[in-house]
Amino acid sequence: MRTRALGWLAGLALLAGLAVAFGYAPREAAQGNVQRIMYLHVPSILTAYLAFGLVLLGSIGYLATRGKAWDRLAASAAELGVLFTGVTIVTGSIWGKPTWGTWWTWDARLTSTAVLFLVYTGYLLLRGMVDEPERRGRYAAVVGIVGAANIPIVHFSVKWWRALHQPSTILGPEPSPIAAPIATALLVNWVAFTLLFVYFLARRIEIARLDDGAVDA
Amino acid sequence: MKRRAKFIVGGVFILGALGYLIYAGVSQSVVYFVTPSELMAAPVSGKTYRLGGMVQAGTLKWEPKSLDLTFAVSDGKTAVPVRHKGTPPDLFAEGRGAVVEGTWTADGHFKAATILAKHSEEYKAPDDGAAEPGYKELLRTLQGSSGK
Repeated sequence: MRTRALGWLAGLALLAGLAVAFGYAPREAAQGNVQRIMYLHVPSILTAYLAFGLVLLGSIGYLATRGKAWDRLAASAAELGVLFTGVTIVTGSIWGKPTWGTWWTWDARLTSTAVLFLVYTGYLLLRGMVDEPERRGRYAAVVGIVGAANIPIVHFSVKWWRALHQPSTILGPEPSPIAAPIATALLVNWVAFTLLFVYFLARRIEIARLDDGAVDA
Repeated sequence: MKRRAKFIVGGVFILGALGYLIYAGVSQSVVYFVTPSELMAAPVSGKTYRLGGMVQAGTLKWEPKSLDLTFAVSDGKTAVPVRHKGTPPDLFAEGRGAVVEGTWTADGHFKAATILAKHSEEYKAPDDGAAEPGYKELLRTLQGSSGK
């Protein structure tokens, strides 16, 4: 019941996000309307960071306690992380063509994000290949922990190396100029995406729990 | 318990080494573009480069009929003359960042095959006053990330 309420809340927040992205935020001065893709692109990757952070947490928890709930958390969060990373890459590509003049280029940010996507796709693949639950949990946990090392690389790539991708505007070392309505629209969408993620995660963990129960019985 | 501690120490060591190798390797070899100063320090004609910098004000010329595009890419110290045939991306303009892919030619100019516009991390409302979009920030970006 509480999960369902969360789902409705996430839905409403997404509607609010759409409304502010198109109705409240102004047309950006340099880029024009194409900048509005940011309201999908940035919340997506921030949600993916959160998801992979939870994979790390679940993996450590599983190795330390061997509690199945930790493994379910890691596995469920990984699926959602891959989904949101995919959304980030697709929206970024659509934005890149009119803005940069290319769909894709191998700069540090784009390459490390592609690696992030592949590592966690590999994580899901590995889970699919091992049938025995304890071994599956253990192997996956190792990948879940090692893979997390890539998160700071993705985030700081634009700072550490020369890239085509612009540096961080929010979550950067020093605040960057961003018009207040644009920042507000971004924040609303970030909250909406986080709510949506928590709702999906709760549902996915519930399914995983029922699956585990069915195996045990 | 002791065995586990050994594994943890070993694991942290291996991860640290791996991380350092990736960081050091990538810093040295995967520089997305060279700056005009770096290019002019040792230009090799016929070699393919990615050149990044600001499109110098007052140098941009475009012939819509022949699609001949000429401009200079500058990092504040050195400017490199660039020639290109084609249409630039929408955000390409004087005083903004750009990355051009192409070759250095023997007769002293950069022949561009592809032009990419670099966008700044600034987001402005249409009537935000300041006219030059992201110039300062972009220049800072170019200097701050020289890998040194």
